[in-house]
Amino acid sequence: MRAGFWRSAGLIALRDLRVELRSGEALTVVFPFAVVASWIAPLATNASPLLLRDLAAPVYWLITLLFGMMIVLRQTALETRAQRRALALTGLDPAARFAGRSGASGLVLAAVAGTLILPVIIFYDYRPPSGATLMAPVIILAAAGLAMLGTLAGDVTIGLRARTSLAPLLMAPLAVPLVMGAAQSLESLVAGKSIITWVLALVIADLGLAAAGVMSARALEEISL
Amino acid sequence: MTRPSSTQPPSAGSPLVDLVDLSVSLSGTPVLSKCRLSLRPGESLGVAGPNGAGKSTLLAVVATFVTPTGGSGAVLGTPLGSPRIPAVRAEIGWSGHLPALYPDLTLGENLALSARLSGHPASRGQQVLAQVGLAGAAGIRAERCSNGMRRRADLARLLIGSPRLVLLDEPDAGLDQDAAPIIDHLIRRTIRRGGAVLCVSHDAAKLSGWVDRVVEMRDGRTT
Repeated sequence: MRAGFWRSAGLIALRDLRVELRSGEALTVVFPFAVVASWIAPLATNASPLLLRDLAAPVYWLITLLFGMMIVLRQTALETRAQRRALALTGLDPAARFAGRSGASGLVLAAVAGTLILPVIIFYDYRPPSGATLMAPVIILAAAGLAMLGTLAGDVTIGLRARTSLAPLLMAPLAVPLVMGAAQSLESLVAGKSIITWVLALVIADLGLAAAGVMSARALEEISL
Repeated sequence: MTRPSSTQPPSAGSPLVDLVDLSVSLSGTPVLSKCRLSLRPGESLGVAGPNGAGKSTLLAVVATFVTPTGGSGAVLGTPLGSPRIPAVRAEIGWSGHLPALYPDLTLGENLALSARLSGHPASRGQQVLAQVGLAGAAGIRAERCSNGMRRRADLARLLIGSPRLVLLDEPDAGLDQDAAPIIDHLIRRTIRRGGAVLCVSHDAAKLSGWVDRVVEMRDGRTT
C-alpha cells in the first residue's frame, strides 16, 4: 500500500532538506550574500544612526524576500524531468509533493530569515521592540507563504526557457501581501499595538496559497512530466 | 483524440497496452504518426529504430507522461488522456535513458525514498541494490558513482515493487556485459508474474536477445 499524504509529504521534505544540507548552498552562498546586501545601505549612504534604524525593518524584509526567492526557486529548479517522472510512478500524490517541498523550503527560509536579524541589528544599530519574540510566528508564517508561492511559481514555469527570470517576476508581486503583513506586524509591535490582525492576515494568505497549491498540484504535475 | 470504448480494468488476456493509429505532435512537430501497438500480459516487445525515430516518445506515451494528439490508446485498461490515468501509474515501471536519481543522496537513500513512497519498508531499497550488485555502494552519493552504477541503481528501482508494465529505454546504455543478466532478470520476472515489457533500443539484435518479438520504428511509425 502506498504511503499516505502526510507520510509522503514528510519523505519529500526530508529529501529536500538532506539535499540542502549536503549542498549547503543556502548557508554558504545565499546567506553570506544576504548579509553583504544588508550591509550595503549603511555602507553606501553614510546615513545617520536614526535614519538607519528607520531603514532596518524595510531593508530586512526586502532582503528576506529577495534572498528567500533565491532559496525557494533554486529548490524547485533542482528536480529533473526524469526525477519527476520516477516520483509520479511511485503513485505519489502531487499535493503531498507540493506540501513536502513547500515545507522544506519554508524551514530553510525561516532559518535564514531568523538568522538575518543579527546582521540587521549590528549594521543598523537596530533596537528590537519589546515583545520582539512575537515576531517568531510572523517570520514562520511569512516564510511558509513565500515557500508555497515559490513552489507554485517554480511549478508553473517548469519547462519554460525564460524560467529563471519569469519565476521571480511571477513571485515578487504576489509576495507583496506576505511581506506587507510581516512588515506591518513589526510596525504594530514598535507602536505598541496588537499584531493579531496582521498575523491573521498572514494565516489567511498562507491558507489561500496552500489551497491553490493543493488544487493545482495535479494539473501542474501533468504539465511537468 | 478518440478513446477506446472499453474503460473496464483489463482481464487476464486483454492488452495491457493498446495503441491504435496513435499520433503525437510536440510543439507542432509530428513525432509519432499512426502508431499501432498491442501488448498482452506475459508478452515482451522490443521497438528498434535509429536516433530520432520516436522510440523514447512512444515509451513516454505508454508511460502516460505524454498525451497523444491523435488516434486512440489505452494503458492498463485506462484510455490515455483520461482523468483516471494517474491512478494506473503506480503499476508502471519505467527506466529512461537518464537515471532518475538525486545526485546529493546516496544510492541507498535514493532507493529507500522510492521504496517508502510506494509503501515498502526502507530496507527494500537495500535488498534491490544487492540484487543489482550494489550492496556495498549503498552509502555512496549518486553524484560520485560511475554512470554504470547509476544505471544499475535506476534499474533496481523497478525491482522494488511488481509493476505490471515495465518500460525500458536503451536499458544497457552505459552498462557493462556483467550487467546484462540484470536486464534479463527484470524482464523474465515481470513476464513470470503476468506483466508485460516494452523495451526500446537502436540495436535490434540486442533487443531480440531480451524480448519475444521486435518491431521496427522509423520516422515516427511502427512497421
